[in-house]
Amino acid sequence: MMNCYQMNSRRGFIRKAVGLTALTVGSSILATAHPIDAFVPAPIPKQKLTLEINGKQMDLMVDIRSTVLDLLREQLGMTGTKKGCAMGDCGACMIHINGNRTNACLSLAVYNEGNKITTIEGLAKGEELHPMQAAFLKHDSFQCGYCTSGQIMSAVACLKEGKAKNREEIKDYMKRNICRCGSYQNIVDAIEEVQKSGAKI
Amino acid sequence: MNQTIFSINNPDERVDGLEKVTGKAKYTAEHPLPNMAYGVFVCSTITKGIVKNISTDKAMAAPGAIDVLHFENCPKVPGYQPSAFPDLKNVSEWRGLKVFADNKVRFNGQPIALALAETIESANEVAKLVEVSYQEESFETDFDKLRKDPAKLKTGSSYTRGKSQAYKEAPFYVEAEYNIPIEVHNPMEMHATIAYWENADSLLLYDKTQGPKSTQMAVARLFGLTDKNVRVIAENVGGAYGSALRSWANVPAAVIAAKKIQRPVKVVLTRPQMFSLVGYRPQSWQKLGIGADANGNLMGISHYAISNTSRYEDFREGIVDASRFLYKCDHVDTDYKLLPLDLSTPTWMRGPGEATGCFALECTLDDLAYKLKMDPIAFRVKNFTEIQQESKLPWSAINVKDCYEKGAELIGWKNRKQQPKSLKDKDWYVGYGMGVGVFGAGRGTSTVRGIWHKDGRVVLESAVSDMGAGTATAMVKVAAAALSLPEDKIKFMMGDSDLPPGPTQGGSTTTSTLGSGVHLACEALKDLMKDMAKELHPPFKETSKDDLIVENSRVSLKSNKEVAIAVGDLINKKKVDFVDVVKTSPGLNPRDIQKATNSFSVHFVKVYVHSKTGEVQLKHVVTTGDAGKIISPQTARSQMLGGAVGGIGMALTEEVKIDHSTGKIQNATLGSYQVPRHNMIPHIDVWFTDKPDPYINAIGAKGLGEIAIIGFAAAVSNAVFNATGKRLRDLPITKEKILAAKA
Repeated sequence: MMNCYQMNSRRGFIRKAVGLTALTVGSSILATAHPIDAFVPAPIPKQKLTLEINGKQMDLMVDIRSTVLDLLREQLGMTGTKKGCAMGDCGACMIHINGNRTNACLSLAVYNEGNKITTIEGLAKGEELHPMQAAFLKHDSFQCGYCTSGQIMSAVACLKEGKAKNREEIKDYMKRNICRCGSYQNIVDAIEEVQKSGAKI
Repeated sequence: MNQTIFSINNPDERVDGLEKVTGKAKYTAEHPLPNMAYGVFVCSTITKGIVKNISTDKAMAAPGAIDVLHFENCPKVPGYQPSAFPDLKNVSEWRGLKVFADNKVRFNGQPIALALAETIESANEVAKLVEVSYQEESFETDFDKLRKDPAKLKTGSSYTRGKSQAYKEAPFYVEAEYNIPIEVHNPMEMHATIAYWENADSLLLYDKTQGPKSTQMAVARLFGLTDKNVRVIAENVGGAYGSALRSWANVPAAVIAAKKIQRPVKVVLTRPQMFSLVGYRPQSWQKLGIGADANGNLMGISHYAISNTSRYEDFREGIVDASRFLYKCDHVDTDYKLLPLDLSTPTWMRGPGEATGCFALECTLDDLAYKLKMDPIAFRVKNFTEIQQESKLPWSAINVKDCYEKGAELIGWKNRKQQPKSLKDKDWYVGYGMGVGVFGAGRGTSTVRGIWHKDGRVVLESAVSDMGAGTATAMVKVAAAALSLPEDKIKFMMGDSDLPPGPTQGGSTTTSTLGSGVHLACEALKDLMKDMAKELHPPFKETSKDDLIVENSRVSLKSNKEVAIAVGDLINKKKVDFVDVVKTSPGLNPRDIQKATNSFSVHFVKVYVHSKTGEVQLKHVVTTGDAGKIISPQTARSQMLGGAVGGIGMALTEEVKIDHSTGKIQNATLGSYQVPRHNMIPHIDVWFTDKPDPYINAIGAKGLGEIAIIGFAAAVSNAVFNATGKRLRDLPITKEKILAAKA
């Protein structure tokens, strides 16, 4: 249970700072008094969590309400994993937990004690792209790029699980990942090429 | 801060591709600011009425709570009430929902409060704990019922050329009604805004927008700030398809909250909120009547449409427009009305009104072709015209016949049988269908800065953003061609309103508008280099500029390219690090060139329809575009693929369902609102005429984002008819509807 003291002191500052609020400069705008009520909110409930993320062990204090997705994006600043729906419908947040593809939005962070997490940021080896990333580039398998991390993580899992024997099987495995720009054909082209190349994934 | 994109080695790869496949590309909600607070909307659970009371006691006691913003404690916003701020110059009234301005509820899901907390988890919890009580009023959301009451309709626009309803006098005619439900853009990136008041009168915004400049101006005028004191950054836009053409409630909410709590505030919509807060394709009803003589000459087209809008804004689009001008016909009448409902305001969604209108037009033409016992392509070729029928101006370029021919070849049209139910594969009926799309090809104003560095790199800058079309990639190609430079020497910077004013990305105009600006800036850079060569390089002192050429970073004699000086040497001689130009490329008024300017598409599909279950499977798609010169073949192809996928959704799955007893959307998730997924997508072939339009701009390119989807749903319906003899006029075409339809 940490952080609440810090937060309270910050709130004290806010209370002082926002005694008067006007939205713009100029004397014609009436400053409106908006004192923040003197509630003292409950402390943010936190718990220790040890994770291995992209090969690096991390000892964290996490909000017990955090999903792995929000932990990655908001607490750790690892924004390569995307939020597209936060309810497991779209696949934008697909990561690997202990090698299994998982919707990061559906996994509470604290349930992952000791787990190994791989995200898009952990796929390339230094400057060398993962074969799937290179294939996505080559086949223009994205437009806006927002679903791309999830598509690539699913695509890697698709190959690892041996579910890429033909295009129909690839499409069936990949149907949990929406691409609203409609780059589906180019995505399947990329996966098929990596599968056929026999590249080590 | 702005996007810096260097071209990479493979000429086909997107210049921003590396960032996107490695997860490094930053989207709006991904910019961390110190001491940032999170804002989550609390949305109305009623459809119409007033908020009686908001209790925040429980909410404010929750972990991490900072504040709850709502109408009772919302600071005064100049753009909500300009007359109350006579001293502020740069103010205009906010268009659209004035969030937290009053206690009125105008639609289900309207933001009532913004819960502010230290973390996203806390903000979600605080939002859930805000207690709102309402006084409900009766409401109207049932489009199908209310559109039949003329008293409920707002007059839109009417048009008559020749006789109205002339189709009824033709020996052969078809009359039919079409219904399209509300569809939602649903880009994968949710709309988001981060607002940060850097000081009392200057604001930094990270915002999901298709137009950094238009957002800058809208926000400046909302708060009475000078434009330059509002900086809008949209480094990457994770899809939009029209939803980010204007600023929605998340923008003022974040800005007001950031002012109120004196901290940066991030507001990200939830997926359910994406269904009611950032626009949608309006629900529509259409009636088409088309008549022809026995030889297939069109004798009359009548197209009537109604689409919904909200109670607080009118939204109109070009539903009936294509019927007025696309095919040769002397007698055309159209009428378009609006039905205001207690829903949020619709907006442009890919291929806006034309996608709606061409569905009805192209299905009705297909019906008439069948009645005339004509091949649908032959029928269209019969009524082909090079003169835009409404303006009577010749098209600047129209190669749609090439699309008919090539598309027919690629889909295997020769295997199509005129009589439905003629082709079967086991339990599946097989059918072929086609549909035509058309959209305006404009050219707006754009300003581009071109910078030539002494190390030979060229940087081009404009305040445009890119929702995925590949704008930077295309602009690098335009510049590389204009400067005769390798692409890896050129970078394009965008996504920041501080850059020279660029266009809003929309209406299939970016390549034409911005490409013209880039081309002009590059021409000016070359001209500047020639001037510098004459001034600083003695051998060229007496040479005419016409005899000089700039290519591969050298200025040389046209007649002898060995006589040359490197651009970098010229810049060094000037004792500067770079030279630059800023050029504004003017917009095009088609009247000035006495031409009509449009892009065209023809889509072909082969479908299987299960004879027992009615299930529709697309087996093959061919999509062809006539959009002038194709600047960036790979990204253009991807855009066409995307349009076809969007068209598959429109045709087969996408439908917002509203419970009219509550006014609430019943399927506001991506699990229940079905968008196309991998397993629905057949092989898609893309083909372009790729012929430069000689009039539209200096680069010969027209837009293709809209035509990629316009006409596609008709091709599917026409193929289903060809397969089964059943005409499906209400989208989406579901197996239930197919089973219920009569052949």
